Amino acid sequence: MHISGQASATSLPIGSDADLAWVRQHVRQCAAQLGFGLVQQTKLVTAASELARNTLVHGGGGHAEITPLDNGLTRGLRMRFADQGPGIRDLELAMTDGYTSGGGLGLGLSGAKRLVHEFRVDTEPGRGTTVTAVAWVAQVPASRKGLQ
Amino acid sequence: MPEQDAAESAPQVVSSFLERRREQVAQRWADALLFRSVFTLSRDEAVEACKAVVDALSEVAVSGRLEDIDAPGFGTVREQLGRMAATRARAGSTPSQIADEVAGLRVPAMDLLRDEFTDPTSAQAQESVLALTVLLGTLRLVVMETALDANSELIERQRQQLLEVATPVIKLWESTVAVPLIGTLDSARSQVVMESLLEAIVDQRARYAILDITGVPTVDSLVAQHLMKTVAAARLMGAECIVSGIRPAIAQTIVQLGIDLGSVVTRASLADALAYALGRQGIEMTRSDTGASAR
Ligand SMILES: Nc1ncnc2c1ncn2[C@@H]1O[C@H](COP(=O)(O)OP(=O)(O)O)[C@@H](O)[C@H]1O
Ligand SMILES: [Mg+2]
Repeated sequence: MHISGQASATSLPIGSDADLAWVRQHVRQCAAQLGFGLVQQTKLVTAASELARNTLVHGGGGHAEITPLDNGLTRGLRMRFADQGPGIRDLELAMTDGYTSGGGLGLGLSGAKRLVHEFRVDTEPGRGTTVTAVAWVAQVPASRKGLQ
Repeated sequence: MPEQDAAESAPQVVSSFLERRREQVAQRWADALLFRSVFTLSRDEAVEACKAVVDALSEVAVSGRLEDIDAPGFGTVREQLGRMAATRARAGSTPSQIADEVAGLRVPAMDLLRDEFTDPTSAQAQESVLALTVLLGTLRLVVMETALDANSELIERQRQQLLEVATPVIKLWESTVAVPLIGTLDSARSQVVMESLLEAIVDQRARYAILDITGVPTVDSLVAQHLMKTVAAARLMGAECIVSGIRPAIAQTIVQLGIDLGSVVTRASLADALAYALGRQGIEMTRSDTGASAR
């Protein structure tokens, strides 16, 4: 990945429902500024909401780091959610649609993955979890060839 | 009055001064605006509160951490200061006004400290006065901090109140009610929505309940779960729920998220939902040709 624009990374605390609202608002604002369309904005905000809530509910709180990206071709947004909670013992299971260890719908991790372009979970039992999601602004094709 | 031991450091001088003159300092502070306005009923209580603060300051001074708002000494009075700040905040004071009131404690304490020295211009006297100034400045920060906390609690309380008023249940027609949801549908809010809707279903003998989410910016799995629970609960009360106002971007997102709203009746708009509910009751809306185009 070619990443620049690190300077404008924003770190936000995740410790309450009010913080989640703030994270969503910030992601929406960033996504709009970067040129994401309405549908993509909605997907990003929803993914952020899922992942930030996991950080709060399952990870016991942590923080979000929101970073605008530019790979030379298009712009993007990286969202990283980190906690120092219990970690995820069986990541494959956690990523399964419908699996929840609590009373959720079990669609947060797997669903958020479908809403973005790049998705990665780093977790270690007893040490915490960091989930990174990246989405790129859909490019308006310069020419229509190849799009039959 | 005994001159201070020359070997004592300024913080130590301040600490033993506060211990020795505890009563006098507390008596003077009790008349200061900060304590007077909080303890309006009993001066004795004000004096007691002042003594607790004097003791805390003395402890901080002896630990030498004059500039540290996290010094353990402050721990014992933090709660009390928080309550005082909250009282002042409720009375309409801003955190900076409260901080000014704390600053008002400086002069009375300073006067008493100066009296301790036969030569108030001596180096030790001046250093001690400076140490007490620093210490009271730190106290001001501690109070400021607790005042800001008290403020955010106040905001939280107001938010809670807003929750309740912001979920009106509207009777649209015979046996048809609607809730236009606006804003974030967090767990607390959903609970309120569910309760007021179920209540309305009973009160209005509603058979159809419309949940309009046009004003809900984000539908994630938790919001969807709350909606489904509300629909299920309404069903148990004998009412059918219709969810309306799912915008296109949200529809695409919840499908990709994997949420199955298949068991829920949905309609694009509130008007469509109402038409559906009326249709189910055998009521049909038709435009009468006479006069319909007049305006
Ligand atoms: N940050 C996290 N820390 C620990 N466990 C997590 C974290 N995020 C997700 N999990 C685990 O993965 C499971 C699936 O997560 P998710 O798909 O969001 O479903 P839900 O939150 O509805 O349970 C959770 O139930 C939880 O056990
Ligand atoms: Mg989740």
